[in-house]
Amino acid sequence: MTPEPVVPGPPLAVEMRGIVKRFPGVVANDGVDFDLRIGEVHALLGENGAGKSTLMNVLDGLYRADAGEILVFGKSGGFRSPRDAIAAGLGMVHQHFALVPTQTVTENILLGLPRPRFRLDAGRYDDEISELAHRHGLAVDPRARIWQLSVGEQQRVEILKMLYRGARILILDEPTAVLAPHEAADLFRTLRSMVAGGASVVFISHKLAEVAQIADRVTVMRRGKVTAAGITTAETTTAGLARLMVGREVLEIIERTPFAPGPVVLSMRDVEAESDRGLPALRAISLDVRSGEILGVAGVAGNGQSELAQVLTGLRHCSAGSITVNDVEVGNRTPRDTIVQHVAHVPEDRTGVGTAPNLSVADNLIMKSYREAPVARRWSIDTGAVRRFANRLRETYAIAAPSVDTEARLLSGGNLQRLILAREIASAPRLLVAVQPTRGLDVGAIATVHRLLLDQRQAGSATILISEDLDEILALADRVAVIYEGRLVGLYDADEAEIGEIGLRMTGGGTQPGAEPGAPRTSVA
Amino acid sequence: MTTQAPARRPGRADSLLPWAIRLERRLEIPRWLPVVTTAGAVVVAFVISGIVLWVAGGEPIPTFIHILRSSFGSLGVLSDTLVKATPLILTGLACALAFRMRLWNIGAEGQFLMGAWGASAVVLVPIVPVGTPSIVTIPLMMVAAMIVGGVYGAIPGILKATRGVNEIIVTLMLNYVAALWISYWVFGPWSEGGFQLSRPFPREAWLPRLSDFAEQVPAFSGLTVHLGLVFGLVAAVLVRFLLFRSRRGYEIRLIGDSPRAARYAGINVARNTVIVFALSGALAGLAGMSEVSGVVHRLQQAISPGYGFTAIIVAYIAKLHPYGVIVAAIAFGALILAGREIQPSGIPAMIQGIILFSLIASEVALRYRIRLERRGT
Amino acid sequence: MDPTIILAAGVASGTVLLFASVGEIFAERAGVLNLGIEGMMLIGAVVAFGTAVATGDPWLGLVLGTLAGGLLSVLHAIITISFQAEQVVSGLALTFLGTGLARVLGENLSKAGAIALLPTFSVPGLSSVPLIGPVMFTQQSVMVYVGFAVVPIAWYWIGRTRPGLHLRAVGESPAAADTLGVDVYRLRYAYVIVGGLFAGLAGATITLAVSPGWFGDLTTSGQGWIAVALVIFAQWSPVRAAVGAYLFAAIRRMLIDIQGPQDLFGVPNPFFHDHTLTFFLEMVPYILIIAVLVAVSGEAIRKRIGAPTALGIPYVRGERGH
Repeated sequence: MTPEPVVPGPPLAVEMRGIVKRFPGVVANDGVDFDLRIGEVHALLGENGAGKSTLMNVLDGLYRADAGEILVFGKSGGFRSPRDAIAAGLGMVHQHFALVPTQTVTENILLGLPRPRFRLDAGRYDDEISELAHRHGLAVDPRARIWQLSVGEQQRVEILKMLYRGARILILDEPTAVLAPHEAADLFRTLRSMVAGGASVVFISHKLAEVAQIADRVTVMRRGKVTAAGITTAETTTAGLARLMVGREVLEIIERTPFAPGPVVLSMRDVEAESDRGLPALRAISLDVRSGEILGVAGVAGNGQSELAQVLTGLRHCSAGSITVNDVEVGNRTPRDTIVQHVAHVPEDRTGVGTAPNLSVADNLIMKSYREAPVARRWSIDTGAVRRFANRLRETYAIAAPSVDTEARLLSGGNLQRLILAREIASAPRLLVAVQPTRGLDVGAIATVHRLLLDQRQAGSATILISEDLDEILALADRVAVIYEGRLVGLYDADEAEIGEIGLRMTGGGTQPGAEPGAPRTSVA
Repeated sequence: MTTQAPARRPGRADSLLPWAIRLERRLEIPRWLPVVTTAGAVVVAFVISGIVLWVAGGEPIPTFIHILRSSFGSLGVLSDTLVKATPLILTGLACALAFRMRLWNIGAEGQFLMGAWGASAVVLVPIVPVGTPSIVTIPLMMVAAMIVGGVYGAIPGILKATRGVNEIIVTLMLNYVAALWISYWVFGPWSEGGFQLSRPFPREAWLPRLSDFAEQVPAFSGLTVHLGLVFGLVAAVLVRFLLFRSRRGYEIRLIGDSPRAARYAGINVARNTVIVFALSGALAGLAGMSEVSGVVHRLQQAISPGYGFTAIIVAYIAKLHPYGVIVAAIAFGALILAGREIQPSGIPAMIQGIILFSLIASEVALRYRIRLERRGT
Repeated sequence: MDPTIILAAGVASGTVLLFASVGEIFAERAGVLNLGIEGMMLIGAVVAFGTAVATGDPWLGLVLGTLAGGLLSVLHAIITISFQAEQVVSGLALTFLGTGLARVLGENLSKAGAIALLPTFSVPGLSSVPLIGPVMFTQQSVMVYVGFAVVPIAWYWIGRTRPGLHLRAVGESPAAADTLGVDVYRLRYAYVIVGGLFAGLAGATITLAVSPGWFGDLTTSGQGWIAVALVIFAQWSPVRAAVGAYLFAAIRRMLIDIQGPQDLFGVPNPFFHDHTLTFFLEMVPYILIIAVLVAVSGEAIRKRIGAPTALGIPYVRGERGH
């Protein structure tokens, strides 16, 4: 499986003309043109929901276009499946990795291949895969099981899967979402060397700064259409790109009222907890959050963030330490106890945890308040009161749904998040635990969420904002903590927070010497 | 409306027709669709059953007409149908309640038997002296049945709640245990004259029937419908109130839809698991009491022609709604009544299987819709 | 109460449970729960027996019984894989259907006379090995020896071959397997049918080897459900399933033998003197299954192992999520 020598031929690796792709209720791609030259890194830029992933999924054979034509290396015809795509030398690495967690790296890479023919002797392939990995600067232990790897390492496995199959065209969907700043730099170096060797890369992103850094050309999409096709990045400005992305010059103005913190609301002392796999996920976490303050917790996915949110909300047992909210112990209590103490939780998983998909909007809105008046009467639930409550929240928070009886699964991501925030804020929280609150939302919804968080800050709530989006944390937080391998490795006031230093801490740099390299990872997102 | 690429089926060669059949994921489910698909599924099931019957040497149309006539044709047979439907209403409610929370209670049969045993114990031990008036005996039997059934149902509930033990297997195993338990008592301590049944219950332990009032209302003579039917109807109203108007019911529905969201909302899933299983067992137990007190008037081995299993289908047809259970129970009561006469004897069980298959297959219509598209663009 | 006899009987009738469990392991490893084993076993049993009665050829009966089980499982496969229906309910429906159909087909079979059975024999040499020889290799049905072979083959297939890798991937992360070109639907169909074939084989083994004759539903008396439980006990390993199957069958045999002697370990045998007490003996296997499941649940929690991740969840390609 060695790469073929680059032969002079058509200058375009990929050509897509007039692609149309519709889903029920939305036109995701509306007459899109896109081309990829051999040997370039071409960024596909746009906000969430612009249609970039859809376009690449069409190219990769996951979806079939409703109209348009596709040429790959000059040959016409769209792929009927990702398998056909990979056979033609085109591989895509998605945001959610397609890996089997219980199997090893080698087994994952070999999956679906005709070799070995029958007897599975994975050991033979370990060396071959190791060598391939080193050649591309993507070091990883072939015998490790996927669940043992960090998210960054898993991404390397995904890329190796494609390279092992001889991919000459690589599509990466938001690859830096799960990487710390200097891991992203490593990735860019790898991409540059691949491209120098004749490969072609499509880089899907919504981050302007990266695009300017890594891409040779950029195509900007907005609401399913192309607003700028294949312009050379050297000839653009960030502001110009932003305008093309959202149709206005500046993305978002975040106004923060002056920081005037009140008494301590949340106090954690030496909290320890284990992950689902039984490995240490939180080590000696101590922190305070005051009323009227937003504490941002920055970190690369899989370093204990999920577990941190869970011990604060009664969803995980902590093996040591204490957690108090307004001096009442909430560590190792039930979720109900934390709710009673006015701890609100905006969870990472909107659809699996934060809402019940087949229940109505109204039923979802009363999740935290169904035990109290006015919703609850002595023996029953007052359905009239439920409707009034739900309608009031629907209007106040502009939750777009035909009625409060609509099932929650029909709501868009942004509206679901509005629903969740409406519900949590309506419970008058003293402590708000918000985890990845703007993941996957479009710019309008992101702005709404940010505004709501800042409103709560002004109203006196203490907020702990756990996010992988460093920009978001730097924009909203009064203080920034960095979490790495379950420990807090840095705590900064907003004005002293510097992105380079934080990025370093996020991946373990700047910690005490003697921290073992290659130690087993704690938890994996 | 707009379309999307078809869900690819292996080996599909759709190159022959000028139209392509595309399956498109539904966005919303119209209110009437579940009723229509359920009705459609039942019709399809009967057509298939008719074919099966014909292959087995029977005559489908006359058979079905015979079923209808011998279940609903006269006041007398209607009463018999309702007698068969009574335990099905209660066991159907038991299953519907449990299934709402995604608890697979396959043990309604065993809980029914244990409830029957509990009620019989009141009379046969005896727990109350002979001659105690009905007004005391009957409620006591009801309570005993519900307690025993409830405890028996709580066992799989506790195992699931504390250790995550698969409730399907536990409830099934407990069915066999319950049947053997009854056999022991009926062959042993309570055996009447060495036969495999207990002595008959005293009159005070019989649930009143319509025919008891034949003197006052001559039309009631011969009608064996008994008070158990009222138990079933009242239970349906109570279960509906529980599910849709009470806090516990909200918790049950939330857990059933998303256990993780329920936990996040502070709901104690383990406690609800035990409570719902116990309630389910109590309802099935009450069904057992109603059968021994209202129909058989003694304890014996064969008091259930599989009510606990038919209840699963009843609950499913009713889409787990309490009032739907009443309708479905009456329909299946008719099937059980007339089914005894269908030869060969395995046919009614096959029909039940076909109906259930047809029902779950029909749910695909709730998730997808069919579109015909012209090809060639 | 001879241990050798009990263990040998355990191996003999445990073979039935072994086939059914191993078949279900294949299906569940691919991610599909099939609770219809009881129905498929009954169908296999009645078809095998009926064929042997009609044609006098037990081998033909074996083949047809096996195929009958596989045929019935196709229905479950279509409903759960192509129609994406709830697997638990489909399995129950399959049980109803299989049970009823078997009753219909076996209508007149209980009066059939003696038939030619599958051969039994001893393995020369191996049957003289102390301890295991008399138990495993002496006068056992040919199906028992087939069972011995099935276990290592199944273990090897699942864990050490490329098709086995694909099987496990489909049950753990069908989405991952799908994007790499593994045909999830086709594999799931295949392994559900394999499970059905094994269940039919198990049923045929009952009527043609272990307990010849047709006794209606009592022919299997719940062994299909016990097989489902054994799969959980086995933690989806064929070797562990075999051990569980043999042990369970041996215990069953012991419970029968206990009823025989007048005195048991020196004291009067209560089961001999009061026959109604034997009902409690009959309860033991079912309660034992429950106990086993409880014990295994603790192990699973401690070691954080468990079912194939995608078990019971219909695979829908390309769901557009939030």
